[in-house]
Amino acid sequence: MVLKVYGPHFASPKRALVTLIEKGVAFETIPVDLMKGEQKQPAYLALQPFGTVPAVVDGDYKIFESRAVMRYVAEKYRSQGPDLLGKTVEDRGQVEQWLDVEATTYYPPLLNLTLHVMFASVMGFPSDEKVIKESEEKLAAVLDVYEAHLSKSKYLAGDFVSLADLAHLPFTDYLVGPIGKAYMIKDRKHVSAWWDDISNRPAWKETLAKFSLPG
Amino acid sequence: MVVKVYGQIKAANPQRVLLCFLEKGIEFEVVHVDLDQLEQKKPQHLLRQPFGQVPAIEDGDLKLFESRAIARYYATKYADQGTDLLGKTLERRAIVDQWMEVENNYLYAVALPLVMNVVFKPKFGEPCDVTLVEELKVKFDKVLDVYENRLATNRYLAGDEFTLADLTHMPGMRYIMNETSLCGLVTSRENVNRWWNEISARPAWKKLMELATY
Repeated sequence: MVLKVYGPHFASPKRALVTLIEKGVAFETIPVDLMKGEQKQPAYLALQPFGTVPAVVDGDYKIFESRAVMRYVAEKYRSQGPDLLGKTVEDRGQVEQWLDVEATTYYPPLLNLTLHVMFASVMGFPSDEKVIKESEEKLAAVLDVYEAHLSKSKYLAGDFVSLADLAHLPFTDYLVGPIGKAYMIKDRKHVSAWWDDISNRPAWKETLAKFSLPG
Repeated sequence: MVVKVYGQIKAANPQRVLLCFLEKGIEFEVVHVDLDQLEQKKPQHLLRQPFGQVPAIEDGDLKLFESRAIARYYATKYADQGTDLLGKTLERRAIVDQWMEVENNYLYAVALPLVMNVVFKPKFGEPCDVTLVEELKVKFDKVLDVYENRLATNRYLAGDEFTLADLTHMPGMRYIMNETSLCGLVTSRENVNRWWNEISARPAWKKLMELATY
């Protein structure tokens, strides 16, 4: 039975999708209609009790949380495709460090920008200019740290592309596109070079080509 | 050589690392970083942790930050020593990862601003955002419903053994239970209450509480 990913059109599931494509793993996708509240229905909550996407079903095995899915796929298919966890335990430590930085430090302000700039009207809450301004400032401070780090390191965890870099793709794609703040990336020389590199990887281009948000 | 942990024994994120070391029997030394004096934002600490946070560790040539990443690294490297915190199979480890992500994305995301407003802002003489606190309590309540359900059929979050999935929750839970008036949200839930009582009775946790001298 082929691995299934629920909710492919949205950003968080794309962390899982790009990892699967990088590793050359066959999978199917099942759309989840967030606008109609499908994620809050009992059938979906049985797969993901917090009612968010993605959820993944691999035969009898169920797993949720996009970064946990990334680690699962990278570990299970370690011997095929690029080694996204690094070669040594120490390499993996650096991968985990930057994967956690994405989750704890990069993603929260970027999520705020995503919600308030892209989805406020669709989700029915007022877009808060103060939140947008503060989130941009927080994200800018984080990107300054990335700029310094990437001036000494080709990728986040070292000289190899890893889960840590891939985890940034979906929401940064929103940042440089519909959120309209590409300058935050482009104005930083090393961040910009890193972004050009990872966003032009064939696996990411395939992810976007097949699963972009309709409309 | 003994691992150096830069941070404060009373701070939640460093506690995640210290607890992992205590469970695994790994020797460590805490190098105090004075958070009240904002020492973590000063140049010397920024060299260890460029985002100006604690903890950071130094273990010979190895330097790492992000408490969950540090815990995962040591749990992997010392898999055969002390408590097995990751599980033996790929599938088990992935469920541990899943609940570690849940802790960061759902519990910590709610508990941190709650504790900031209810515990820390009054300490620094800042006004507590009462509306936000009420909204966060509602969210926290809903998140605990999911935990209650999970722990009804599982002794621990990742299954029948204590893992990093449970450990990662403990520093934040301590704030909720001991320093806010929200402990009722836990004690009123049979399974979450049972789980918290069991994990907070572990010798490593008791040792950490002794070191923290609350």
